[in-house]
Amino acid sequence: MLDFAKRDSFPHGIHPPENKDDTSGLPIRQFPFAPVLIVPLSQHLGKPAKPVVREGQEVVRGQTIAEADGFMSVAMHAPASGTIRRIGLAPHINGQMVEAVYLEPLPASTQEIADGEPCDVESATPDEIVTAIQRAGIVGLGGAAFPTHVKLRPPEGKTLDTLFINGVECEPYLTTDHRVMLEQTEDIFMGIRYLLKVTQTPRAVIAIEANKPDAAEKLAAAVPEDLPVEVRVSPVKYPQGAEKMVIKALLGREIPSGGLPADVGAVCCNVATTAEIGRLLPRGRGIQERVITITGPGVSKKGNYRIPIGTTVRFALEQCGAVEDISRVFMGGPMMGPSVSNLDIPITKGTSGITAFTAAETGGSTGHRKVYPCIGCARCVEACPLYLNPSQLGILAKFEQYEQMADDFHLMDCFECGSCSYVCPSHIPLVQYFRMSKKMVRKMRAAA
Amino acid sequence: MSPLKKLLEIGSSPHISSGASVDNIMFNVVLALLPVTIFAVYAFGTGAALVLAAAVLSCVLTEHVLCKFAGQPTTVGDWSVAITGLLYGLTLPPDLPLWMVFVGGAFGVGVGKFLFGGLGMNAFNPALVARAFLQAAFPQAMTHWQMPFIDDRFTHIPSSVLAMPFAEPVYDAATQATPLAQMKFEAVFAADAQLMYGLTTGSVGETCGVLILLGGIYLVARNMMNWRIPASIFLTVAVMTWIFQQIDPQTYPGPLFMLFSGGLMLGAVFMATDMVASPITHIGCWLYGLLIGVLVVVIRFWGGMPEGVMYAILLANAVSPHIDNLIQPRVFGTGRKSG
Repeated sequence: MLDFAKRDSFPHGIHPPENKDDTSGLPIRQFPFAPVLIVPLSQHLGKPAKPVVREGQEVVRGQTIAEADGFMSVAMHAPASGTIRRIGLAPHINGQMVEAVYLEPLPASTQEIADGEPCDVESATPDEIVTAIQRAGIVGLGGAAFPTHVKLRPPEGKTLDTLFINGVECEPYLTTDHRVMLEQTEDIFMGIRYLLKVTQTPRAVIAIEANKPDAAEKLAAAVPEDLPVEVRVSPVKYPQGAEKMVIKALLGREIPSGGLPADVGAVCCNVATTAEIGRLLPRGRGIQERVITITGPGVSKKGNYRIPIGTTVRFALEQCGAVEDISRVFMGGPMMGPSVSNLDIPITKGTSGITAFTAAETGGSTGHRKVYPCIGCARCVEACPLYLNPSQLGILAKFEQYEQMADDFHLMDCFECGSCSYVCPSHIPLVQYFRMSKKMVRKMRAAA
Repeated sequence: MSPLKKLLEIGSSPHISSGASVDNIMFNVVLALLPVTIFAVYAFGTGAALVLAAAVLSCVLTEHVLCKFAGQPTTVGDWSVAITGLLYGLTLPPDLPLWMVFVGGAFGVGVGKFLFGGLGMNAFNPALVARAFLQAAFPQAMTHWQMPFIDDRFTHIPSSVLAMPFAEPVYDAATQATPLAQMKFEAVFAADAQLMYGLTTGSVGETCGVLILLGGIYLVARNMMNWRIPASIFLTVAVMTWIFQQIDPQTYPGPLFMLFSGGLMLGAVFMATDMVASPITHIGCWLYGLLIGVLVVVIRFWGGMPEGVMYAILLANAVSPHIDNLIQPRVFGTGRKSG
């Protein structure tokens, strides 16, 4: 109600239970190799990578197995030393089948990681760094999986004044960014060096929420003297980790509807992504594993793991001890994470966690609760971080007024944070409506 | 068997919720109305108790029967019709014949709510629709005011309450004009304290402003009521009244009198705030409250009737969708309003 009095935050939003205590204190551990790793060629937004290996070929861990196909694409690297068994379709979290490389790790291998061509931060030009980031297969590890190199260069005619390193991690349950900040502090600052050079911004701001004071302290104390980095701590609020929200919270600027952070002079990079840039580029390596949180009441061995890309959800859950009454599994946190419809879906670069619920938790979620008519309580309007009118949009969605939703009520701005559904006392699956409506609008616009 | 062998369920995110539910909100509104209800029975005795019971019963029964008739599962479990019934009862005179109570309740829920499509679709507050119907149908019985705190109120049932349908009710309880009627027709102003603590005549549950405010504060604290609506009504009425009092203190009462007399407190806190029939944006709520406040003052000062809260709210209910069409939230990253 008195949001305007709070500093370093954004208006609206919600406060779901954080549930991070189970894993926030657990150090990152290496996850074992699954018998088969399934590496999709499309783990990012944009064009799928082009495979450069053939079936039957032996590869070394870290070796490039697929190259970027064009600028909106990134490379893929072998998550283990082993044999390429097959290149074919595999299930994807979005419900479709996608091309993937099936890799069988060699049990006898030492699993040494192959180094590539290093990219030295002092001598490399901005363009060389962009190419190196693309070659390393780096995408936004916060969940969006947007190819990182695409957004770094300031657009024609614009200057960027702030580089945001996003360590907000506002999704409940997830603690990967938290652990990365504690354990890969040096990598993060190295990553910032690369990013400052590419983006040509005069300063970087590391954004953290107040529920990670240890990470904030550690980073603030470790800022190298020659780096213009500031650590800013925001009060806890969901969805503060969204690009639009973090920039609003710390700079007070609103990214225009349909626009990019560059439109307000900012560029955002997830903190784990930054750490990977700092860790991989000096040795010319690529992303073949990532840190994820495996958590929730549905598993007994919760933790933060450095897990090979391509590990299936099934293997991950087996290793972490799925409990007897496990009932729903989703990739990421409970606010935005999509449900796993097939346990053979592989973990990809955009997977920040796996959360498993038991029947006790899912009893309170979509599909289990009685849906009432909208009573106009306005809680969704108060919750929506983009000041949309979910109540009105929900009614329009029911009447299939997709065009009006997009043209008059900014449907396409919705980034599906779930705040409206979370607060709705009528239990209307608003986000589900909006997701479907957005698809319909895109279809209609493509047909027009 | 491995737990992963069994079927897992899938569902749309978010997978967690705030736990809020419509029936819980509605139940809390009923809770918030309890102090006023208890005071009403204490002040007016058996007549008020019977009127309240009949009001709740008529509304709940009507909704249940209509749902069954329409072949739908009954919706009385969501508590919303219980609120309607209770609010409706609280706006009635304490010695109103029960058959009238039943007729009004059936009309309010049947026409004011069910015909519009049930919960969430009603354009007007159904409790006020019921009351407006009675006001039009039985103007005399609806302006008959039993004195509060009469000695035999717990032992004697006013005979008018038990009047046969369509028979002329016989009144045997002591009566007195309401403070607003006294102001309007006799230029006599009741003391503010009498109004605040419910020592005057009036509808069953409108007299004790302090307890109504208490219920409102409870709901606001639990985020179940939009405080902007009553705040806007109070501000508007207070400011307008103060201005006119400055001009002519003989004719016009003070702000406190206006706030605590008649149905203003009950209407502003519990009726104007009906979520379905009020605007959804903050600015919309302030405007909606302003409209109600102005209408109340205009009707009370210059209209033909002593009281105007009911019509003010019903009129504002009618305008509410238009306010929502006109005033949409400013979308993030745009200079203009959407819609």
